[in-house]
Amino acid sequence: MEIFIQQLFNGLTIGSVYTLVALGLTLVYGILHISNFAHGALYMMGGYVTLMMMTKYGLHYWLAIFVSIIVVGLIGVLMERLVFHPLQEAPPIHDMIAAIGILLFLEAFAQFVWGAEYQSMPTPYGQVVQIFGLTFTMQRLLIIFGAIVVMVLLYIFLKKTFIGSTIIAMSQDREGANLVGINTSKVVMLTFMISGGLAALAASLSAPINLVFPGMGQLVILKAFVIIILGGMGSVPGAILGGYILGFSESLGATYISNDYKDIIAFILLVIILSVKPTGLFSKGGH
Amino acid sequence: MAKILNKKIIISALILFALAFPYITQNDYYLHVMTLSFIWMIGVYGLNLLAGYTGYLSLAHAGFFAIGAYSLGLLTVKAEMNFWLALPLSLVITAVIGFFVGIISLRTKEHFFAIYTLCVGYIIYLIIDKWDSLTEGVRGLIGIPAPANLGPLSFVTMEAHYYLVLFFLLLVVLIMYRIVHSLSGRSYIAIRNSEDLALTIGISTMKNKLTVFVLSTVFAGLSGALYASFIRFIGPDIGSIAIVFDFLTYLLIGGIGTLSGPIVGTIIIVWLSQQLQFLQDYRMLIFGPVLTVLVIFYPRGIVGAAASWNQKRQAKNAGNRRPLSRTEALPEKQVKEG
Repeated sequence: MEIFIQQLFNGLTIGSVYTLVALGLTLVYGILHISNFAHGALYMMGGYVTLMMMTKYGLHYWLAIFVSIIVVGLIGVLMERLVFHPLQEAPPIHDMIAAIGILLFLEAFAQFVWGAEYQSMPTPYGQVVQIFGLTFTMQRLLIIFGAIVVMVLLYIFLKKTFIGSTIIAMSQDREGANLVGINTSKVVMLTFMISGGLAALAASLSAPINLVFPGMGQLVILKAFVIIILGGMGSVPGAILGGYILGFSESLGATYISNDYKDIIAFILLVIILSVKPTGLFSKGGH
Repeated sequence: MAKILNKKIIISALILFALAFPYITQNDYYLHVMTLSFIWMIGVYGLNLLAGYTGYLSLAHAGFFAIGAYSLGLLTVKAEMNFWLALPLSLVITAVIGFFVGIISLRTKEHFFAIYTLCVGYIIYLIIDKWDSLTEGVRGLIGIPAPANLGPLSFVTMEAHYYLVLFFLLLVVLIMYRIVHSLSGRSYIAIRNSEDLALTIGISTMKNKLTVFVLSTVFAGLSGALYASFIRFIGPDIGSIAIVFDFLTYLLIGGIGTLSGPIVGTIIIVWLSQQLQFLQDYRMLIFGPVLTVLVIFYPRGIVGAAASWNQKRQAKNAGNRRPLSRTEALPEKQVKEG
């Protein structure tokens, strides 16, 4: 029983990280209908920027995360302006390939600047806390609470603010949004900014319990894709639900099935889902 | 007429050059690099057939490359089978797996297909990596024999191996040529341009897509099998996503959906990488942006750009001043839906 609860807690932790990454991915898919394979590279850049801010410039953890969110958000905007904007009218295969090009570049860039070796990120929250006889580390609690707070904020932003509703309007009907006077170009840039920021936050929160290295985004982004297909491409609640489903199935699968094959669970899940329903779970009409 | 003659002369000259290459250069290293790039080309043709002609971007091809390589490796090392028996058998294994993956994955479209195949590729990689008792896991498979003698022909020397690989490459190019210039090839392009339209005019899209998918996995498998017997050692890394990205780079730079694209792209990038050896792992600092810029400005790569430049020049020579619009130069360019 104790192991079970511990594993649920672990599932909640990794699920939170996956969800943050998947949210950024799903927002971008929602408004532009592109699969941003470079999103994993943004996650990786987020980890490195925070690490660099902390170790090189001696910033506090939270300040470093803030800088990282801004920097990676701007990289996201830059990416949109330079690459995805000119490809608006191209067939979908082109922006996938362009995104792969960016991914390869950013990974090589990280390796060039920061080296290929694994680095650990220091955290001011290394303490261990005991709750009901179970041990938790502060950092893990922080990941869960941080992610939930951000999700609530994002939800409020999208539903209650004017700028937020322009994003939703655009994801529902681009032409229509344009007609009622929404500056779609600005909305797209803003979405990329948020998307990059979420990736940076996810990486900065999870880096202390994982490690920072150039390929750190690869597996996470693959799983984020699984999540957004699970939750319906472009759907925000779907991404949250999908993220936690995947987090729980992985941590429970690792204990009760096989630790070796835990990474495969997500992909088998996806292969089964797409085999049964080729347009993804919870997809709404259209193609 | 003069143009066809021209093309024929160029092709014959290229084949002659390829045949004479071992005599032109006495450098074993160059021969090694050339053989390796021929092997890549075969795999890139596989990707080209699927992505370039039917518009389905498969990211599982490194997986099929690895399946071909491991099938051959396991059959020759563990089952001690003769190379000439193991090679067709490993192609059959790849095709069977390709068939089952294709029949399910091809029901998905666009992004879903790319992501689906990405996951399939990753599953294949993980299985190879974790299934220690069969594949030797991370240690890799050592001691894959060179192709056995075929009558009087022996393949122990570097030159002989080079010719063997060249033979298979020419075979693949010939098959590609026949496909592209046949009715089936036209149907594939129709599917790429608009699947619904192709279905309306009576093309059985699923049957065509599946044929292309299986054939393209067989090319990838052949490339893998040749790689295994040439390098003599394989590890799970050959199934990693990085390999499929390499293939894509070669294809995109050469020209996706063109017949000579895979050759041009692979040769240029492989030899450029040799020149940029000092960059080692950082070559993607250059190739990544090149890939992206190319997709934006020259979606059909070097070959496509050269072709449209040629067309433009001819139009000019013919006194036809009307500039070729983008859509004419790229008939397959379609407006993104949604």
